[in-house]
Amino acid sequence: MPREYSQFRAMFAIARASFRSITRSPSAVVFTLVFPLIFILVFGFLGGSSIKLNIALSTNSDIKNPIYCGMIFNPTISLQQALSDEEQQKLLLKGNLDAIINIRKVVLDSAWTYKVDLITTLSSKEKGVIAKSILEHLIDKANLKAAHIDQPMAELVPLVVKGREYKTIDFILPGQLGFSLLSTGVFGTAFVFFNLRQTLVIKRFFATPIKKPFIVLGEAMSRLVFALLGAAFIIGIGHFAFGFTLIHGLATFFSMLGLSALGLIVFMGFGFVVSGIAKSESTIPPLANIITLPQFLLSGTFFGIENFPSWLQPICKILPLTYLNEAMRKIAFEGAGFSEIAFPVGVILLWGIIVYAAAVRLFRWE
Amino acid sequence: MTKNAIISVKDLKKNYGEFQAVKGISFDVYEGEIFGLLGPNGAGKTTTLEIIETLREKSSGSVTLAGMDISKNGNAIKQMIGVQLQAAGYYPSLTLVELIKLFSGLYDIETDAMKMLRSVGLEDKAKAKYKELSGGQKQRFSIATTLINKPTIIFLDEPTTGLDPQARRNLWDLIRTIRDNGATVVITTHYMDEAEQLCDRVAVMEAGEIIALDTPDAMIDKLIASGFERKKEVKKANLEDVFLSLTGQEWRDE
Repeated sequence: MPREYSQFRAMFAIARASFRSITRSPSAVVFTLVFPLIFILVFGFLGGSSIKLNIALSTNSDIKNPIYCGMIFNPTISLQQALSDEEQQKLLLKGNLDAIINIRKVVLDSAWTYKVDLITTLSSKEKGVIAKSILEHLIDKANLKAAHIDQPMAELVPLVVKGREYKTIDFILPGQLGFSLLSTGVFGTAFVFFNLRQTLVIKRFFATPIKKPFIVLGEAMSRLVFALLGAAFIIGIGHFAFGFTLIHGLATFFSMLGLSALGLIVFMGFGFVVSGIAKSESTIPPLANIITLPQFLLSGTFFGIENFPSWLQPICKILPLTYLNEAMRKIAFEGAGFSEIAFPVGVILLWGIIVYAAAVRLFRWE
Repeated sequence: MTKNAIISVKDLKKNYGEFQAVKGISFDVYEGEIFGLLGPNGAGKTTTLEIIETLREKSSGSVTLAGMDISKNGNAIKQMIGVQLQAAGYYPSLTLVELIKLFSGLYDIETDAMKMLRSVGLEDKAKAKYKELSGGQKQRFSIATTLINKPTIIFLDEPTTGLDPQARRNLWDLIRTIRDNGATVVITTHYMDEAEQLCDRVAVMEAGEIIALDTPDAMIDKLIASGFERKKEVKKANLEDVFLSLTGQEWRDE
């Protein structure tokens, strides 16, 4: 007695086959895993370093004075002493040096004083300012000591509150994860459905009893599983190798995966649209890039969107990846609950409705 | 032996806009025969076949398979037929065993993948990927996928186009075996020798119409009776026979 035909078992057969196919496709693996990991590695090692000032000491500078000693022991200052005056000038103009210092001993009648010349450059404006304030501090200290004042009138009492340290990785990883989902969703889906149609794989499926929506669901499911495994891998590497903050541990991890799934489903909608309007295989990359590239640049993947000029802000605030990144960072670092990310999630859902409405109209089977 | 019509096509028409690809054809295919649809390219063979396979909508007329109307029982029909398309593709990076498993899943039945591959002489290619197969092997594999659901009717659309003489003969043997195992086979071709050797009955299509339908023998006899004579006396062998006797007929990995 033959059992009743099950669309779901047929769908799982497609999902399994498609999953195998994806794992054997170099481009899928590169886009989903390798690219984001490279960026995370680069920024992971780049980030975390504190400010360093490159300061050169003029060759005829006096060195038997407390200001010079103070500079040597200051952890922020990296003192360059092997450069000729000419080299110092060149490097300063290029911004490779942040300041040149010359300490002169000036004799006035019976007494003497130190004049500290500080040359900074517009090529390194901020660091010049920092150099100035460090030197002022060193000079003040020396003056107090020379005046034998043990009890200064005012004193700074710094206190650093030990908050949660917001590391570069905490910013970079959610952005990379979002971008990985975007490219997997758009490129992967667009190519797969275009190729399935072009190579008549999908037509061969039509000759079997599986219904059309289940073909799409099966393909989508394999892509979802693949992308979520990729996301888990990226979060895992970030957490264990670079100290990415998962504020509530596993719960945060799974919230991120849930959000990834939502993002991917919406992005796959773009992929369906692209596969529907692409006339040939070579028109897929430009179409897909039109969707992914602006989001890659303007959605706060590498730096916060508040850094963009105000005329660009409205565009940033339309893109779905902006909201995915925002929600992802809130979940991971702030431990935000669902109510706090309801707005970004709502925007993503709205995009989902728009995109799938278009996809249903544009998608072609043959 | 009573002839039982398993496929019944009545006044089938298919229009693409103004163009009439199929112009009201009618024919029956009997259970257990190899039925050939012949005709030059563009005669409407593939369109007719794809309508019967439920892959294409008809414009008018009726088609029934084993008593079931194609426009009402699409899914039930798909479960009892096997379809080989003229140029079907498969996931290129999957192995043959994985693809057989995929199609078993699509038909929602259990299959012994190796046994399936053995039946088309591809068991030593089980771990090979579809894209690595030769033309003849691809066709044999394609036929294997049509046999997975143990279909009552099998449709083969130009299965031997582009194959060398050995591969064609191997495929004919395979198709006869399938028929001998009880299935009905509908095949399209534009090779007349193929139709003559393989088919029990043939329908000749031309510009969307069936212009002749009979057994190959009867058609030839009818032509001779009308006074037709070949311009040149036929020898007892032809060049293809020479080629095959020189190079052997065994299955080979092209």
